[in-house]
Amino acid sequence: MSNQNIYIPYLMRIEKITLEAPGVKTFRLKFENEEDAETFSFKAGQFGEYSIMGVGESTFCIASSPTRKGYIECTFRQAGKVTSALALAEEGDVVGFRGPYGNTFPLDAWKGKSLLFIAGGIALPPMRCVIWNALDTRENFKDITIVYGAKSVDDLVYKDELAEWRSRPDVKLVTTVDPGGETPDWKGEIGFVPMVLEKTAPSSENTIAIVCGPPIMIKFTFPVLEKLGFTEENIYTTLENRMKCGFGKCGRCNVGEVYVCKDGPVFSYEQLKLLPAEY
Amino acid sequence: MQTENYLIRKPSLEKLFNDLIGGGKTIYAPKAKGDLALFSDVKTYSDITEDYIVTANSAKLVVFPRTEKLFSYHKSKEKTEITDAAGSTFPDVVLWGTRPCDAAAFIPLTDTFNGDYKDIIFNNRRERVFLISFSCSRSDEYCFCTSVNSGPGNTSGSDILFTKLSGGDYLAEVITPKGQLLVSENSDLFETKSEEDKEQQLAVVATRFNQVEIQAKLQNLFENPVWDDKSRACLGCGSCAYVCPVCSCFDIQDEAHGNKGTRLRCWDSCGFGLFTLHTSGHNPRETQGARWRQRILHKFLYVPNKSKIAGCVGCGRCSRSCPADINILDTLTSL
Repeated sequence: MSNQNIYIPYLMRIEKITLEAPGVKTFRLKFENEEDAETFSFKAGQFGEYSIMGVGESTFCIASSPTRKGYIECTFRQAGKVTSALALAEEGDVVGFRGPYGNTFPLDAWKGKSLLFIAGGIALPPMRCVIWNALDTRENFKDITIVYGAKSVDDLVYKDELAEWRSRPDVKLVTTVDPGGETPDWKGEIGFVPMVLEKTAPSSENTIAIVCGPPIMIKFTFPVLEKLGFTEENIYTTLENRMKCGFGKCGRCNVGEVYVCKDGPVFSYEQLKLLPAEY
Repeated sequence: MQTENYLIRKPSLEKLFNDLIGGGKTIYAPKAKGDLALFSDVKTYSDITEDYIVTANSAKLVVFPRTEKLFSYHKSKEKTEITDAAGSTFPDVVLWGTRPCDAAAFIPLTDTFNGDYKDIIFNNRRERVFLISFSCSRSDEYCFCTSVNSGPGNTSGSDILFTKLSGGDYLAEVITPKGQLLVSENSDLFETKSEEDKEQQLAVVATRFNQVEIQAKLQNLFENPVWDDKSRACLGCGSCAYVCPVCSCFDIQDEAHGNKGTRLRCWDSCGFGLFTLHTSGHNPRETQGARWRQRILHKFLYVPNKSKIAGCVGCGRCSRSCPADINILDTLTSL
């Protein structure tokens, strides 16, 4: 790769668009060039720069699992300039993708352990990659528990997959919506993620907790996890900061000395505690 | 390689300049514009000014232009085509009149654009640049090169360093194989080694702080009132980063013309509020104090922790250009 221009994106054709929630879409992307599809590989937790030519690039995780070959998926909320342009794209259109960048969730080191996923709102996509990776290699892990919450029933993403996980005997799924976000036929929990987590009280024994959500959710989730007996080195999260290049040159995503793009985005709570509050 | 010394007579400088121009080189040299000296594309020797301590702009523009095309694209209904800008022809540039601080800056700058991910557009430009530096016989209160391991006669980063001697001729120190090649191609202009003492000709630049001590102090200064105190006047204009020869933070932006366009790399600054702003409205560096802290920590803690050298060469441009008269030395010496 050393003699190639690191800013040139792969050209990807949008194979499928799924409307997940209001303003939230998932793209399934396939490589235009067959050779790229064969040489490309990534691991759970990595991210990329997705672009519309003439508009710009935007950073999101790869939301599909590396165990699902031949395509990648991303899920984004229409919010800024680039995501608004992406939201207008149609199936069959070509977008740009650079990546994969960043470190990964240490799934190999987690073999033989139970996994507890805790996600809020639009933060399920970075976790979905790990969840499917774990489910596709189910024999490697003990219990798999997912606690997922959103503002309202409508805001829950991956509704079909939530239904699939709920029906699987080898997954425990707890879904919740903020008070007032429920519908008359809502059968899940009502309450904020940290409270629901405390009520669910999953065992911390031989278990890794993976947390992703808005800062306020994370702030209140860590103490609950510690109360449940999770130690700092067994809690993981993935950080997000504004990025441009994705490989440690453009100079904006650093938290203290650590570049989220190169040294992260995956951090243990143990590592996170040593960093200044710059994220 | 071992530095080799020669003498070049004053009139031979013009001859060297003309030979380089005649050989197809693009020469960037200090040219007067109003009260300022600016590195500019110079075609005539008499356009070069010698009346400058450092130029107002930095020489980084020859390897890291304000706007760099990364690639162009052409979209049609059927397909999207990308043309890689790394395949463009880059000019052979001679930087004439860089100061030792300017030349030293090419070292951290080149580090940033290499490492795990090599930026070949930067490298294509860098390997075509030849640095002919001139030692400093004058300095001002903004200069602090001697505090960051450089100095008015420092050779690092230059291919050839000229030092004006008392008689008006120049000592030529040839530092790199590229420099040696230039001398051998113009051997009629270079005479045998001068006996004169270089040190006597150099400006005196006082040491203002100890870089190693600053680095050690900064390790524990993330939460400190100094950042807000010293940046209260900051307008967030970013001029400090634009004139800095080491600053390399950039933005990536697209420019579209119908179904064609380009993706560009543009200068950016950690002093801008938008630099780290998330789409959600959250900003990890919300205040100008947090941005000033990032600037100082990056240059004097993060870069030296990683590569031993500071991300600053002590040229003083940031302080000279600051419209709010913020002086980086004032912050560094008050820690």
